[in-house]
Amino acid sequence: MTKTILTVDDSRTMRDMLHLALTEAGFRVVQAVDGLDGLEALDAAQADVIITDINMPRLDGFGFIEGVRKNDRHRATPILVLTTESDTTKKQRARDAGATGWIVKPFNPEKLIDAIRRVAA
Amino acid sequence: MDPLAAIKVTFFQECEEQLAELEGGLLAMEGGDHDPEIVNAVFRAVHSIKGGAGAFSLEELVRFSHVFETALDLIRSGDIPADQETLKLLLRSADVLADHVRAARDGGSVDEGRSSAMAEALEALASGMGGGGEADTGDGFSDFVFNPVAIDLSDTAAAPDASIEDLLARVTGEVAAADADEGAEGDVTWHIRFYPQVGLYQKANESGLLLRELARLGRIDVRLDVSGLPNLQNMNPEDAYLGWSVELTGPAIEEAAVRDVFEWVDGDCYLDIVRADAASAQTLATSIDAVGEVDVMALIRAAQAAEVPGAAMVPPSSGSAPAGAPARAEPAKAKEAALDAKAQAAAREASPQTIRVDLERVDRLIDLVGELVINQAMLTQRVAECGLQRASSVAMGLDDLEQLTREIQDSVMAIRAQPVKSVFQRFPRLVREIAAMTGKEVRLIMEGEGTEVDKTVIERLSDPLTHMIRNAIDHGLETPEEREAAGKPREGVVKLAALHRSGRIVIEISDDGRGINRPRVKQIAVDKGLISPETNLSDDEIDNLIFMAGFSTAATVSDISGRGVGMDVVRRSIQSLGGRINISSRPGQGSTFTLSLPLTLAVLDGMVVTVAGQTLVAPLTAIIESLQPKAADVRNLGPNAQVIAIRDTHVPLIDIGRSLGYRTVTPPPTEGVALLVEGEGGSRAALMVDAIQGQRQVVIKSLEANYRPVPGIAAATILGDGRVALILDIDAVMVPKPHEGLGAAPASTGGGYDLSAAPTSLAKVG
Repeated sequence: MTKTILTVDDSRTMRDMLHLALTEAGFRVVQAVDGLDGLEALDAAQADVIITDINMPRLDGFGFIEGVRKNDRHRATPILVLTTESDTTKKQRARDAGATGWIVKPFNPEKLIDAIRRVAA
Repeated sequence: MDPLAAIKVTFFQECEEQLAELEGGLLAMEGGDHDPEIVNAVFRAVHSIKGGAGAFSLEELVRFSHVFETALDLIRSGDIPADQETLKLLLRSADVLADHVRAARDGGSVDEGRSSAMAEALEALASGMGGGGEADTGDGFSDFVFNPVAIDLSDTAAAPDASIEDLLARVTGEVAAADADEGAEGDVTWHIRFYPQVGLYQKANESGLLLRELARLGRIDVRLDVSGLPNLQNMNPEDAYLGWSVELTGPAIEEAAVRDVFEWVDGDCYLDIVRADAASAQTLATSIDAVGEVDVMALIRAAQAAEVPGAAMVPPSSGSAPAGAPARAEPAKAKEAALDAKAQAAAREASPQTIRVDLERVDRLIDLVGELVINQAMLTQRVAECGLQRASSVAMGLDDLEQLTREIQDSVMAIRAQPVKSVFQRFPRLVREIAAMTGKEVRLIMEGEGTEVDKTVIERLSDPLTHMIRNAIDHGLETPEEREAAGKPREGVVKLAALHRSGRIVIEISDDGRGINRPRVKQIAVDKGLISPETNLSDDEIDNLIFMAGFSTAATVSDISGRGVGMDVVRRSIQSLGGRINISSRPGQGSTFTLSLPLTLAVLDGMVVTVAGQTLVAPLTAIIESLQPKAADVRNLGPNAQVIAIRDTHVPLIDIGRSLGYRTVTPPPTEGVALLVEGEGGSRAALMVDAIQGQRQVVIKSLEANYRPVPGIAAATILGDGRVALILDIDAVMVPKPHEGLGAAPASTGGGYDLSAAPTSLAKVG
């Protein structure tokens, strides 16, 4: 069954790149433009995996992740954050918020799919 | 287009938006706005650009934006204060960043010196914070190298009272042995013990998937440890009770690769990775079995209770009840409350909904609405011709239709309307640069940035406005010393204002500089043969001389104002937009240019006239007045040339019917109407038409798109009765440019080019 991935990022470029890489790998993609938009899209999207950026207006990645984890249906939905290489603090903070793992930017499509495979059967 | 190339285009579009955000935010901060959201937005703008740049491997851009981002991060966190000096540096850096973006997009290059200087300044700013920057502020253990140690506890079964110290002593001894093992080639075997804690599952990680990842590194042999499972009644399905021992074998498997599999769950599990070679593999297997009898789960729970990160790595002396569990509930609740408040606050400031639409679709919509307007007008006319009573239901229905159509047209035009901000926003930087280049102090005030203008107009406004602002600073404003001597403040002011006035867009560019030097302007015009020395001109007329073709006050071609680009080009640009430009000036006090533009290019205010049985439309903006020629005012200059006297001057009298090839004999001017029109450069002529039908707003239809360009004709439209009317290209029908007054100019020939190829009627096309 086709898996659905919810991508949350305020950069249109990033959203387009994720969309390209994910659809070519056979996933169905739902997009959101920031944390609040992501929470609103959550139920309708029925995502199997969530990929989110950290720095976003209105509600950032950390707030978004915490919001997702409070949603009963998504307590066990894998969430991957997009982060830059060396930022250990952000990675830890994301995990504290409930993130499953992270993808380093800039990502190449193989790494992206690898990461998703790590969290979704 | 290749999808990646399309995304690259999107990226650069987004960069422009981010650069605008960046500059806007920095200017707001400079203006005293302390809203932390602005600082965040500024940071995010640079962060976004960097992210995308990385994705496209735009190295120079990545490097500069990284340095910039680092500094901004420190400002965002409050580690660096955003004082005026710093903000000025940031603004200049924003300019350099913009240069990098455009260089990356267009393949150009950046001023290396300036870029490095700016980067250094940013780094200095950041490092002034004592080791700031994107430091790895994590756990501080990055300098440590952990050597895997094989713990051989095979003796514990025989000596159950062995103390921890004894065990550790033995372990130390084994480390030396393990060191000797390094450098072994060929197949490597890793022994991995993996006991997830509940946090691992809470974050949606899955043991099975992690083991699957391990399996991709080599051959695995997995053993499940269920010793920690309580009986069913005591079991919490969301808790972690299971553990795995895995033997992973394969050629040249690096420890880093193994650790990598668990990188996300580090800290959420008990993880032991031990290397073994074939020789000690057997011993270790036995050890593992022995270890299996140690209550690892109790160890882990104790570690959890103690809430010491990584404590699971050190075996505590005994297991204690998980007293720490209830204490965890409190912080979680507080966090929940904080999140709710935050989300609500964010929702309250939610920005208005927007959608992105393809410009093509909007253009098509506007086209269709134009057709709708034409059709509705035609319908109204037909119905009127049928002689229906004004009060009949049909006529009233049509009135409603007309009303609705007009509203639709207005709404649709508004879709393409954009605030002039998009044109104005490049000016602060332009002003900074020109002020720097000319050594002048300038303050730019912009008003009415929200004034909306049709997209087609906006794009063509940029160049003329840029030129006028350059002129204002270069020529209009005095140097700070001159200003002081004149009793003015050192800083000159350039003001750019946009507003709606009586159905048109008005843009004013004013400066408080020296104003137009009238004697000099008049002299230059005489020198260039544009006017005769005896001509009497009012102050206003002198001011407007600068718009004449061939006029330029720059004695040398100034680097700033460009080569030979004079105000005549500016005026032509504005006129091609269907607009007008005027100047008013007060010597010593400054000058104001006033541009007046139509709201949209798709619709034209026109005067409908008939010429030789043909219906034509003349753009209202070009018409100064209409008059009935008197015989006494008309003079013949030659066989085919006539002029008409209007007040003090004479202007050529042109029979458009002949110009366009509709007739070969010109009827007496006294039987028709003369339209006094003004073309480019301010030159004037009187166009003879047979009669005036009235003024009407018409929808412009491109002739080139539907047929082909026709000399003398700018475009076409369809009138209410369904007939096609051609819209005159005023400048073209005015023929060789006559000059004001009887200067040294040759007379016009009043009829002139071969338009035999032009159709005299046009069926509705397209």
